[in-house]
Amino acid sequence: MPKTIFEHSSPGRRGIRLPTPEIDTPLSDMIPSKYHRQSIARLPELSEMDVMRHYIKLSHMNHFIEKGLYPLGSCTMKYNPKIHELLVRHSCFANLHPYQPESTLQGALELLYELQRDLAEISGMAQVTLQPVAGAQGEFTGIKIIDAYHKAKGNTHKTKIIIPDSAHGTNPATCNLVGYDVVELKSNSEGRCDIARLRELVDENTAGFMLTNPNTLGLFETQIEEIAEILHSVDALIYMDGANLNALLGIVLPGKIGFDIIHFNLHKTFSTPHGGGGPGAGPVGVVEKLIPYLPVPMVAKTDKGYHLDYSHEPTSIGKVHTFYGNFAVLVRAYIYIKMLGAEGLRRISENAIINANYLMAILKDYYHIQHSEYCMHEFVADGTKQKKENKVSTLDIAKRLLDKGFHAPTVYFPLIIPEAMMIEPTETESLESLDAFAQAMIEIAQECSENPELLHEAPISTPVRRVDDVRAVKELDPIFKIQD
Amino acid sequence: MPYISNTDRDRREMFAKIGIENFDELIQAIPEKFRLKDGLKMDKALSELEITQKIKSQTCQNLCTQNANSFLGAGVYDHFIPAAVDFIVSRPEFFTAYTPYQAEVSQGTLQFIYEYQSMICELTGMEIANASMYDGASAVAEAILMAVRKNRLNKALLPGSLHPEFFKVIKAYTEGVGVELLQVPCRDGVMDLDKLAEMLDDSVGSVVLQTPNFFGNLEDSHKVSELVHSQAKCLLIACVDPISLAILNAPSEYNADIVVGEGQALGNSMYMGGPLFGFFATKLDMSRQMPGRIVGGTLDKTGARAYALTLQAREQHIRRAKATSNICSNQSLCTLAATVYMSLMGREGLREAALMSTQHAHYLAAEITKIKGIQMRYPDADFFKEFVIKTPIPADKIIDKMLPRGIYAGVVVAENELMVAVTEKKTKAAMDEYIAAMQEVTNA
Repeated sequence: MPKTIFEHSSPGRRGIRLPTPEIDTPLSDMIPSKYHRQSIARLPELSEMDVMRHYIKLSHMNHFIEKGLYPLGSCTMKYNPKIHELLVRHSCFANLHPYQPESTLQGALELLYELQRDLAEISGMAQVTLQPVAGAQGEFTGIKIIDAYHKAKGNTHKTKIIIPDSAHGTNPATCNLVGYDVVELKSNSEGRCDIARLRELVDENTAGFMLTNPNTLGLFETQIEEIAEILHSVDALIYMDGANLNALLGIVLPGKIGFDIIHFNLHKTFSTPHGGGGPGAGPVGVVEKLIPYLPVPMVAKTDKGYHLDYSHEPTSIGKVHTFYGNFAVLVRAYIYIKMLGAEGLRRISENAIINANYLMAILKDYYHIQHSEYCMHEFVADGTKQKKENKVSTLDIAKRLLDKGFHAPTVYFPLIIPEAMMIEPTETESLESLDAFAQAMIEIAQECSENPELLHEAPISTPVRRVDDVRAVKELDPIFKIQD
Repeated sequence: MPYISNTDRDRREMFAKIGIENFDELIQAIPEKFRLKDGLKMDKALSELEITQKIKSQTCQNLCTQNANSFLGAGVYDHFIPAAVDFIVSRPEFFTAYTPYQAEVSQGTLQFIYEYQSMICELTGMEIANASMYDGASAVAEAILMAVRKNRLNKALLPGSLHPEFFKVIKAYTEGVGVELLQVPCRDGVMDLDKLAEMLDDSVGSVVLQTPNFFGNLEDSHKVSELVHSQAKCLLIACVDPISLAILNAPSEYNADIVVGEGQALGNSMYMGGPLFGFFATKLDMSRQMPGRIVGGTLDKTGARAYALTLQAREQHIRRAKATSNICSNQSLCTLAATVYMSLMGREGLREAALMSTQHAHYLAAEITKIKGIQMRYPDADFFKEFVIKTPIPADKIIDKMLPRGIYAGVVVAENELMVAVTEKKTKAAMDEYIAAMQEVTNA
């Protein structure tokens, strides 16, 4: 591994010089010494070139979309168009302050207003807040809205939210944060919601139901009408986790088929870059009756122009972000939507579905697939066959894929499929690229039976070999110990 | 079609392999009546050339802070950003990578996060930091929730001098799990220590201290800490400006237990307030109660140095409903900007930026209060790079009158109170222009 940035430090070296001070008052004349820092903050000292070389060297150790296929299920690692980057960096976006007078933000507010409308159209919802900055914060916003709705209606007995066992971990974690008990719904043999069991679980105390659609097995939840009927009969609300919305653009309007709330992951469906873990954005759409509970402010339009509207603050859940959300992420998603239009958005979902089914059709002869009906944008294969026959785990298969120049699928999720490999190729991969990935997976299946040791050793061609993450916990080393 | 490689011929080949005739066969699981019949109602698709023109027309309707003389702060600051920062941040190797779950092909991301955590701990004097929270506000909220996990005391005290937007976010984050928030009143622009002493008892789990506080004033952190720690279990949460830490007390110097803050000022453009990022640091004994991702050093199977996500058993993808937080995506790329920024500025550069910001603010405060009718709102308080003035005419009138001169006068705090922020970027000439304009608009 490269040294840390601290180990490249040399006393007195400078990366940047600031102007010569025009006002040179000593600190002690401005701020009493009791506030002064006692010991210097030992940040590294380097030239600009030192810094560039260090971080370029680190960058070479990453997998990224432009390098190769990134088939992480439910993560939607599609190509991120470069025009987004050029346009978002315009000084009249990058250097806007959130407290500027609204008259100086009209272009930015227009963009946000149009994005609210476009996302409402795409989801079939009545209104959309752009404030949540991540999918999980969108979930939080949505569950807070459910909570506010019930409080406003005097539904004080509502204490639980039902979540399928195939759900992302953020769903139960979010419900807990808002103060709800989580009740888990088992999936049926088809991999979908077990309606009979749902009927048993739903009662007067049910506040809501969170459903990912298509679910994490890549299957459309066909019984949504019945589900909505069951939940709505006790005045519970239905939340759609929109992590997998890439399958539904222009095909289904979630707001018109029974869902009351949805969050979008703009960093998935609308192609804003993942940035090594963020920032993303998690706007939330709601049906008409839930508009009063949306966070403040909304962007509104009057005959005097666009403005930040706080008028519903008394009923609102309040704020989830200091200002108006991840504006720079919203700009990118806006550009993406405007460039695709209605037809382009539908083609996105069609090709995402075609690509996933094509890969599944090839791989089903080599890997076990529990639910092998046509999938939506992703499917779940598993390594149970290889585990049983060759004592090779899904983790080994994942690591071997890294050797072959691909990122691994999402592994060991959903939890209901043992040795799961959740594969989402996305629409931006070409036929050749899918074939190359399929070929790698087939070779690995062969290696499993012919040379399982190779898989236990994998990866062998990556910047580091298999990383000991148990040691990372047992001998916790979260910071570099600076010496000087 | 943009961003799709499949041609009609490709699709035919793929359909043949799948064993279908047309696309609709693939979505037969979607009941017919749920399928959208007549398509989405969207504007006509734009080409790259057309969207560039459209965006240009929108940016033209914004007046950015670089084309104005801006004195806006209140949580988001216009500090200098070295050019090299964006070159690193724009590298697709960092930019289009996912969360570093597959460590062997993510060492670049993992190592910069480790370096980021190390720099945050060096600035704050803490022992462990996470990979980021969404913003300063949610970082304070998560700190309060962590304190509750640690000591099971669900009462938290917030200063009246806390950023009002932070207060709203904290309320949203903590009310559901039964945290009781009480506000410690202010006196002379800082927390009233007598009131704090009165409100503290063994039922209080945490006290939040923001310094510099919302008004730009420095709180007496040592005294606050003494009071807080007179209660055996009570934890002190310090919310700080990271730039200030180059010259002002590291929170460890007054024995803070948890240190959080808004990190935007470290190398990130303002972007109308987002993305921001929250930093979050504490002591090792609370490591297993922390929210968010943490990177740790380890070894690979050959014994070579490597990095991995660690203590993941706290997180939602493992612990689900019992996770320490629901956070998954964070603000990683913003912390890369911060890491590169701190590397380029170095220990001297950051000190200079902090000192120059202070010098500029104190010059401006001294000169502006020479104008008739303008006084410091909190004359007894010490301040860093931001301060509140009392104005002879309503503050919003000043803003309106300054705007045609291309000046963003500040943030309204109360009818006749205006908050003014400066950084190292402000020249003496720009400040003198502001003073002259203020003289005219208030005496007119």
